Amino acid sequence: MTELGHFSLSLALAIAILQATIPLIGAQTGRRRWMEFGTPLALAQFVAIAVSFAALTHAFITSDFSLRVVVQNSHSMKPMLYKIAGVWGNHEGSMLLWVLILAAFGAALALFGQGLPVALKARALAVQALIGVAFLAFILFTSNPFDRLAVPPFDGRDLNPLLQDPGLAFHPPFLYFGYVGLSMSYSFAIAALIGGRVDAAWARWVRPWTLAAWIFLTIGIAMGSWWAYYELGWGGFWFWDPVENASFMPWLLAAALLHSAIVVEKREALKSWTILLAILAFGFSLIGTFIVRSGVITSVHAFANDPERGVFILGILALLIGGGLTLFAIRAPGMQARGVFGVVSRESALIVNNILLAVAAFVVFIGTLWPLFAELAFNDKISVGAPFFDRAFTPFFVILALVLPFGAILPWKRGKLRTAARPLMGAAALAVALGALAFAMQTGRSALGPVGMALGAWLVLGAMTDLWLRAGRTPARLARLPRSDWGKAAAHAGLGIVIIGVSGVMAWTVEDIRTVKVGESFPLGQYEVTLDGVENGRGPNYSTRMATMTVREAGAVVAVLHPEKRFYPVQSMPTTEAAIQQGLFRDIYLTLGDHQDDGGWAVRSYVKPFTNWIWAGALLMGFGGLLSLSDRRLRIGAAARRVPAAQPAE
Amino acid sequence: MRMRGLRLILAVFLLAFALPALAVQPDEVLKDPALEARARALSEIVRCPVCQGENIDDSNAGIARDLRLLIRERLMKGDSDDEVIAYLTDRYGDFILFRPRVSGPNLILWGAGPVLLLVALLGAFLYIRRRSSAGPPAVEAPLTREEQERLEALTSAPPME
Repeated sequence: MTELGHFSLSLALAIAILQATIPLIGAQTGRRRWMEFGTPLALAQFVAIAVSFAALTHAFITSDFSLRVVVQNSHSMKPMLYKIAGVWGNHEGSMLLWVLILAAFGAALALFGQGLPVALKARALAVQALIGVAFLAFILFTSNPFDRLAVPPFDGRDLNPLLQDPGLAFHPPFLYFGYVGLSMSYSFAIAALIGGRVDAAWARWVRPWTLAAWIFLTIGIAMGSWWAYYELGWGGFWFWDPVENASFMPWLLAAALLHSAIVVEKREALKSWTILLAILAFGFSLIGTFIVRSGVITSVHAFANDPERGVFILGILALLIGGGLTLFAIRAPGMQARGVFGVVSRESALIVNNILLAVAAFVVFIGTLWPLFAELAFNDKISVGAPFFDRAFTPFFVILALVLPFGAILPWKRGKLRTAARPLMGAAALAVALGALAFAMQTGRSALGPVGMALGAWLVLGAMTDLWLRAGRTPARLARLPRSDWGKAAAHAGLGIVIIGVSGVMAWTVEDIRTVKVGESFPLGQYEVTLDGVENGRGPNYSTRMATMTVREAGAVVAVLHPEKRFYPVQSMPTTEAAIQQGLFRDIYLTLGDHQDDGGWAVRSYVKPFTNWIWAGALLMGFGGLLSLSDRRLRIGAAARRVPAAQPAE
Repeated sequence: MRMRGLRLILAVFLLAFALPALAVQPDEVLKDPALEARARALSEIVRCPVCQGENIDDSNAGIARDLRLLIRERLMKGDSDDEVIAYLTDRYGDFILFRPRVSGPNLILWGAGPVLLLVALLGAFLYIRRRSSAGPPAVEAPLTREEQERLEALTSAPPME
């Protein structure tokens, strides 16, 4: 089984090399057969990698301790879910998952791309395979998951217990679908640059892939954030850690790309900018991979630091980003914009959207890499952390949230600011009123909470206004609106809900740290918490200490919670399992600390307002994307049929 | 640590449990809430020197606890926030600050976003002005050979009724 996996991986590399050359040569010389050969090759490459991945999964499930990765990341007593998740819970396996998803996207393009111009499809498949060649070689030469040990040990060293969690089991695959999904936008961009043609049809093809990647990134990031919230034990949800930033930058650029592709599709403008964004979005995915895999920037996620691998990935980075940008520099000036639009128009609004998202991504980028740069250039050892990003990044999103509802209802080509502003007056007034209400209700004079509430409400109400206008102010027509309209409104409202959640929890969290003896009670905000007892217990591969705590409000029991401290003996590592009572407007969050010398227990408790809005908002954004995607799919078929005839007109 | 009366195996686990401490411990919290709030705010911008990217407020490391206690000690002695930070950077360097100073080369870091925004807005304004005054392009994009073939195939095919 293992040898088959290894062989199959090498085979995939050989197929990928063929796929990267034959269709491309075919497209350049006009040989149709050669171009069409890309389709079976893409499918074969996917099958080969899938076999390889299945072999590694098999090794993890059966605890084959003759494999080095299995020894280092698994244990015979580990629950089955984490044996499987352990496949990608380590460097080698996660890279294998990376190329599996890459090949899956290639195969999807091969299968569903029948309506595409043959040359464009051939070139896109070739570029996709070129990325595959680079990463398959990386795996085989520096990170082979099928390395054997001469003397297999009796048992493995287990997976890092922090990673043994359902939330984290599925977080990496989602993120990878997002990262790697952007490779499709990249491949299409490079294919278009080689072919020298970017038009509405091209944008229509790129958009669904970008949208899919963005949905996966949104969900993946939200999952990671949720995991951090309940697993790390102090209820933080975002740390501006380099690895988080590595996923956030592609998300921001993918969001920008989604919007600019609309302009290319509908108005044939912003072509070269869209191509550039497509290259950069995937480039940032690669930079993210580099940051995570090389350990060049110290990070809490650095479970696979290795400088040699870093150099290899840096080479891939130089090839794909540098090559892409060079090609862009040569070809982009030839691309002609056709659409004409006024200063106040949807086009302009989307340009502002793109600027804000791109600059925000750049701020995250420079903040993440600055410590490295400052050390190399100025020999300064400095740190850049959350306090920097909170200040330097937030303003861009505040501006974005302010202008978004205006931009969303501006008409294409030419609009009037006053006409656009009038229907939004109600939303604006209500949002300001909500902000004022929040200000009046809170203790203290912090602006964060009220401003966040007002901005969030403005986005949600603005999205509703947008729908209302699209339906011609007729309720009956709402149901008949295209799904993309609903998707747009849902995604924009989702952003508003995220903003409400983030600012609410940051502004109004109540925290309490104290020593509590069994039987004692203490106040927490409007609640009273009692420590009823602490007991020892055992899990499958850990021992635990579990408290029973009762939360009461005005004498009535709100929740009985069981915060835990676990100890994983194989890795000799303790973890904190917070107990959370989730609610629409607040979470009650309890963690158990150490036994104190006076016989009490250290207890940290929080009331965290609006926390769940963060993830609900992220889900809503993802759902909006999905709605839009389901609409697009219908339109792609239509578009592909229309393309030849629609071309000469406008 | 009270281990009396517990079996040996439990004692081993207890010892292991006791090694890492939760972030801020109850015994660290200052009586004066205002002073404690300042201490917390400070410890959120101070990096734990031995951890990977954690501030001392969140960190479980021993040195993080020492630093948290140190900050509280300085505050009790009447230091201002800036004096506490100066005290720490004198000993650990700027590396310990998660919020880089707005001076020297770091001005590039802080200024990059706003400057880029202004440049981009200016560029966008020029682009939009050009697009709003431009007429349609003189030459329509010609069809590719492939499209031409498909067009001919479509137009020469008998009408589908």
